[in-house]
Amino acid sequence: MDNSKNVDTRKKTSPSLRPEFTREILDTSKIGEIFQTLSLWERIRDINAVRKLFILFILFTIWQVYAVNAGNPLMFPTFTTTVVAHWDAFVHGGLLLKIWVSIRVLLLGYTAGILASAILTILAITTRFGSDLLETLTAMFNPLPAIALLPLALLWFGLGDKSMVFVLIHAVVWPLSLNTHSGFTGVSQTLRMVGRNYGLSGLRYVFKILIPAAFPSILTGLKVSWAFAWRTLIAAELVFGVSSGCGGLGWFIYENKNELEIAYVFAGLFTVIIIGFGVDNLVFRKIESKTVQRWGMQQ
Amino acid sequence: MPQTYQKPLTAENYSQEPLLNVEGVTLQYKTKEHLVTATYKVGFKVFDAERFVLLGPSGCGKSTLLKAVGGYLKPVEGKITLKGDVVTKPDSGRVMVFQEFDQLLPWKTVKANVMFALTTSGKLSKKAAEERTMAYIEMVNLTDFAYTYPHMLSGGMKQRVAIARAMAMEPDILLLDEPFAALDALTRRKMQEELLQLGEKSGFTLLFVTHSIEEAIIIGTRILLLSPHPGQVKAEFNAGTLGYDNQGQNEFKELLGKIRDMLFSDAVEEETISTKGS
Repeated sequence: MDNSKNVDTRKKTSPSLRPEFTREILDTSKIGEIFQTLSLWERIRDINAVRKLFILFILFTIWQVYAVNAGNPLMFPTFTTTVVAHWDAFVHGGLLLKIWVSIRVLLLGYTAGILASAILTILAITTRFGSDLLETLTAMFNPLPAIALLPLALLWFGLGDKSMVFVLIHAVVWPLSLNTHSGFTGVSQTLRMVGRNYGLSGLRYVFKILIPAAFPSILTGLKVSWAFAWRTLIAAELVFGVSSGCGGLGWFIYENKNELEIAYVFAGLFTVIIIGFGVDNLVFRKIESKTVQRWGMQQ
Repeated sequence: MPQTYQKPLTAENYSQEPLLNVEGVTLQYKTKEHLVTATYKVGFKVFDAERFVLLGPSGCGKSTLLKAVGGYLKPVEGKITLKGDVVTKPDSGRVMVFQEFDQLLPWKTVKANVMFALTTSGKLSKKAAEERTMAYIEMVNLTDFAYTYPHMLSGGMKQRVAIARAMAMEPDILLLDEPFAALDALTRRKMQEELLQLGEKSGFTLLFVTHSIEEAIIIGTRILLLSPHPGQVKAEFNAGTLGYDNQGQNEFKELLGKIRDMLFSDAVEEETISTKGS
């Protein structure tokens, strides 16, 4: 189509050079199948989990080979001893309880942080004061490591969940608000006008138009702040031990280091990684494919 | 069938009160550095079942004027009344269709997009809303795509959904802001034909913004010509008898020529002014 146009304009001076023509469309039914199913190997390679597991397999092999060669189980235990220690900690060492302690505090802090962030950002898009406030606060507190507030939190709230939750809120609220707010400001003018045209205002407008339209940014914020919260929690437990009474995963790692049970330290770290990995791949990936990918906002 | 629209234009309609009355409207908006006057003392009347076209070169404030009728912008001077009530804010009685394809909510299917408009306004029960939604989706021939998401539709189909959504509200007046400008020529022509057919079926009142003279004559029953910088009323023409089939006829060509000359004279004037200035 385009080519023929080009030809037309260039040959304007001598149009008789090339004759015009029309053509019959060829019968394609003889070619046979236009669609062909992919081979089994190609289909297996297309599965996300298979490719990721393959990478993990390579990493574990490297680990095992290196550790066996190093021959220093105190400093660098092998993959297999770590797995055995992991299993042992699960069955006898109360690792499950420790995971639960950590996760519970984490979820408390994460939810509270999301709520605080929702209030801040909604205030920020509805009023100019709110937006000034949010910008100032994020500029001030986002660079401040949440863990740095822990000594203060312990003074104010004492040992226990409260000070942990306080620190976690701080870890969650700034990155999440920053992402959400920038998502809100990026919602197209047309969508806003459509929402107002059909009579949406106030909170209904925020929930029915702004939040779904800004969802890609909000999701990024949720992911980033999840990681921040998880990190902060483990660090806090490591540094301040049993600040919540019976000790979580960080405490498990710290305890085993003191007893020079390095395989168990590895097992503790392993658990932290697995939980982080699992949440990212199961929870957030699922939300992504159910929302922004389905809506065509993200490929 | 969900049809409650008025009958097509008759001589009697003209003796009635206008549906939309725009009187001496001056519109201004602020940019970072300037206060721009988009239109200056523009007035016109739109009656029931008319297809009223705002035509003019870019920069004549026709889109701004449409936004003001939509209630997104307050006139600095003059007033806009619909059925005697002064327009102050956006309302589902004046539904707007935009040029941009992103006016559909990407997180809702075609059906949910149309239905959301009906249910948020709280006019209809869920069942009634669903029935009306499907009726209008059928009217724009998209029944097969009712459960697809907007990003899987072509540009023309998206505009059809937007028009269906707007029509489903059965508003007093439909506001169309160059709805076909971003489409290819072939699809645009098809959409124009479809819009006219929809008009025949439902007898809606239309306020249509375009910069294409042909489109204005084909779509419109009455055309308002605006001058640029700032927009002022230059002329009004009747084009109710002219459509696609008349394109080769003298009457069509005459009107086209007349409008083109008037627009062209603006361009020439502007050029002489700018050369004098420099």
